[in-house]
Amino acid sequence: MSTWDVSSLDEWKSDRFPLGAVIPESGNSRDYVTGGWRSERPVRDDVTCTQCLICWIMCPDSAINAEDEKVTTFNLAHCKGCGVCANECPADAITMVPEGCDLPEVK
Amino acid sequence: MANLKELTHREDRLEGGHRLCAGCGASIAVRQVLLGAGLEPVVVGCATGCLEVSTTIYPYSAWKTPFIHNAFENAAATVSGVEAAFKGLKAAGKIPADKRVKFVAFGGDGGTYDIGLQSLSGAMERGHDMVYVCYDNGAYMNTGIQRSSATPKGAWATTAQVGAAQQGKQQRRKDLTAIMAAHNIPYVAQASISHWKDLTNKAEKAFAVQGPAFINVFAPCPRGWRIPYNKTVEIAKSAVQTGFWPLFEVEDGVWRQTVRVVNRKPIEEFLKPQGRFKHLFAPGNEALLAEMQSDVDHQWDALQSRFNCS
Amino acid sequence: MPTQKTVAATGNTVVAEAMRQCAPDVVAAYPITPQTTIVEEFAAFVAKGRVHTEYVTVESEHSAMSACVGASAAGARVMTATSSQGLALMWEELHIAAGMRLPIVMANANRALSAPINIHCDHSDIMGARDTGWVMLFAETAQEAYDNTIMAVRVAENDDVLLPVMSTLDGFITTHSIDRVELMDDESVSAFVGEYVPKYPLLDLENPVTHGSFAGLDGPFFEFKKAQREAIERSRKVINDVGAEFSKLSGRPFGMIETWGMEDAEVAIIVLGSTAGNVRHVARGLRDAGMKAGVVKVRCFRPFPFAEIAEALLGVKAVAVMDRAESFGAEGGPLFLEVRSALYDSSERMPVIDYIYGLGGSDVKLELIESVYKDLTDIASGVEAPAGLVYLGTR
Repeated sequence: MSTWDVSSLDEWKSDRFPLGAVIPESGNSRDYVTGGWRSERPVRDDVTCTQCLICWIMCPDSAINAEDEKVTTFNLAHCKGCGVCANECPADAITMVPEGCDLPEVK
Repeated sequence: MANLKELTHREDRLEGGHRLCAGCGASIAVRQVLLGAGLEPVVVGCATGCLEVSTTIYPYSAWKTPFIHNAFENAAATVSGVEAAFKGLKAAGKIPADKRVKFVAFGGDGGTYDIGLQSLSGAMERGHDMVYVCYDNGAYMNTGIQRSSATPKGAWATTAQVGAAQQGKQQRRKDLTAIMAAHNIPYVAQASISHWKDLTNKAEKAFAVQGPAFINVFAPCPRGWRIPYNKTVEIAKSAVQTGFWPLFEVEDGVWRQTVRVVNRKPIEEFLKPQGRFKHLFAPGNEALLAEMQSDVDHQWDALQSRFNCS
Repeated sequence: MPTQKTVAATGNTVVAEAMRQCAPDVVAAYPITPQTTIVEEFAAFVAKGRVHTEYVTVESEHSAMSACVGASAAGARVMTATSSQGLALMWEELHIAAGMRLPIVMANANRALSAPINIHCDHSDIMGARDTGWVMLFAETAQEAYDNTIMAVRVAENDDVLLPVMSTLDGFITTHSIDRVELMDDESVSAFVGEYVPKYPLLDLENPVTHGSFAGLDGPFFEFKKAQREAIERSRKVINDVGAEFSKLSGRPFGMIETWGMEDAEVAIIVLGSTAGNVRHVARGLRDAGMKAGVVKVRCFRPFPFAEIAEALLGVKAVAVMDRAESFGAEGGPLFLEVRSALYDSSERMPVIDYIYGLGGSDVKLELIESVYKDLTDIASGVEAPAGLVYLGTR
C-alpha cells in the first residue's frame, strides 16, 4: 500500500489537494486494480518452463514477478490478460485459461 | 550489457496498474528502455499521448521515477529544462557537483515525428544530456488512430480511410531516425520491443552517452493495427524480419547494423496479419502491394550502403 | 538601506540587470523585437561568468516556456522574457505554467500582434494572456520595470501564491528609451528576494513525484481550478505587502494602482503603462488652467484592483479608460471592461468612455489626451457621452 492516503479524495476541498495536481508519491498505481479487465488468465507450467524470462521482459503490465532470477507468479491485480506472455513463450509453458465468473483474489 | 537474469535484479521503474490497453507496445518499450538504462537515477518526461495519459491518471502514477508531463509537442523542450535546472542548481551549489542523473523523454510518433519535431530538433542541437525515446506505433492512437507522418503508406487510419477513391494513407513514412542521425549527436538508434537484448543494449549505450541520444522504438498498437492483443511482440518481430523496421545504430556518425536479417521475408508477412492493411490484399491492389515491397527493398539497400560506407 | 546607484539606461537593460540580481538558476529564452536586448544583455552576464544561470537558447518561444516549466518543476528559480508573437506562441504554456503552480517570472515587452505585422507598442499581446492565470504587472517607466521584476520574484514564490508573474514594459517606449533609473546593490536585492524553496521538486530523487498528471476523467480538475482562483485572490495581499516592503527599501512607493490628483478630481483617465506619464503631464497642465483632472494608473492588472479603482473614482463625474488593446466585438477594450465591472457594485456610477489608442505604436500626442479630458468635462456638464468606444486619433 502507498503512504499517500487517497481513500477520501472524493470529499477533499480545493485546499486539500497537493499543489498543481502533483502526485506526491511514486508508483502508487500499484493500488489500482486492472485485473478486472481480464477475460483470460495466464497459467504457467513450472515443469515445462525453462525460466528463460522472455515473458517477464515482454509483459506490458509489469505483472510478472521474478525473484532470484526466476519467474514466480503473475500479479493478477494488474494482469489484463493480453496473452503476450503465452504467445512469446518459447517453451509453450504458459496457457491462457478463461476467467470464471468469480474473479480471483487480487489483493 | 546485461542478460535477462541480470536485468531482473534491476528495479522495474514502471509500476503496473496503469491503464494502457492490454498488450500495449508502449509500456513494453518503456520497461525495456528503463531496465537497460542501468542503475543511475532517471528523471522521466513524457509527451501527451497514450503513455502519459494512462500512466498518470490522478491520483495514481505508475512512475517510480520523478516524472513530468507538460504538453504534446514539447517533451524534449521540457526535459531540456529539467536538465538545465540540474546544471543550474549544481552551479548554485544546491546539488552536489558529482551527482549523476539521467534524463529521458518519451513521446509517441505523433508527438515526435509531427508536432514535437521542432522541440526535439532544438533540444538535440543544444546538446542536452538527455535521451529521447520515440515509441513508434505509426499513428495518433490516443485520439483514435489518425494518420501521422510515421503511418506506413497504404495503411488505413481514421483520417486516411479506404474507399473507392483512396486506399488508405497516400504518402510514404518519414525517416525520423535518419533525420535524427543528421543532427550529428553522439548516439542514434532504431530498435524494436521484439528484440529486447538489442533494445536494452541500445538503451544502455544511449544513457551512458554524455550529451543527447535518440532511440526510435517500434512499439505496435493492437487496437490501432487491428491485431489480437497477444500479437504485439510477434508483429514487431515480423517488422524486423521483413526489413520494414531495420535495427541499427549510429554511434558518433558510424552506421552499424545491430541485428542481421539473413533471409529477409516478403513484406506481406508483416502486412497480412494486420487489419489496417486488409484492403491491400483485395483484388486490384496488387500494384500497391508491389510498391510497398519495392519501397522496403529500396530502403533496405540504401541502409546497407550506409553500413558499407561507414 | 541599500546602496542605490543612479544610471541612465534603457528599460531592457535594467530588466536584465534585475534578472541578474535575482540570480535565476535557469533562463530559457528566444529573441524577439523589442525584448531582444534583455536576452542579449543577460547572455553577456552568462558569458562573463557574472551569473550561475544555466542559459537555454531554445528554438522558439513555445520551447522557451516549455523549458521554463520543466526547470521550474525541477526546483529551479526560472526567469525569461518575450514579446508579442512570442507571447502568443507561448499561450498554451502560459496556462500550463499557472496550472502547475510554477513561480516563473517573465518580462514582456508589450507589442502589437500581427496582422499586419508591426513591432511597436500596444497591449494586444499581453491582454491576450490576461486569462492565463498569471499575475500581471505593468510598468510606466524603466524604474518601475526594474522594481517590478524584483518584486515579481517575491510574489511568485510566496507560499500563499505560487503562480507565475509577468512583469511588462511598453515596447520601445520603455524597453529602448534611456531613462534615469536607481539600481539597488546586489546584496540588497539578493536578501530581498531570498532563496526559492520548491514544494515538490522533480529533482528530489529520494521522493519521486509526478508533475502534470491527468485529472480529466473523474479527476478533481474543477477543484484544481478553484485552488488557482484562491491563490490569485490571496496574491492581492502579497502584492501589497511585498510592495510595501520594497517601498521601505527603495524609497519608491508601490500600490496596485497609483493615483494623481484624484482627491478632488471631477474628470479622470484610467491608463496602463508608459502613457500614464503623458496623461499626468497633460492633467497637470489642465489643473493649472482650472480643470479638476485626475489620473489612475493601474500597476497590477491581474489580479485586477476592483475595490481600489471603485474607491479612487468616488466623486468623479466622468471617466475615460484608455485601452491600448482591442477586444473586438466586446463593449470596449480589456481595461474598460474591468473598470466598468468594478463600478457595478459601487455606490456611484458615472459615465465611463472607452478610448482605444496607440495601437501598433500609433502616436499618442498630448493634444489627443487633452481632447479626452475636454470630452470628459463636456460630459460632466451634461453633454451626451459617445454611444460606443472611441478610436482616438485615427483617420
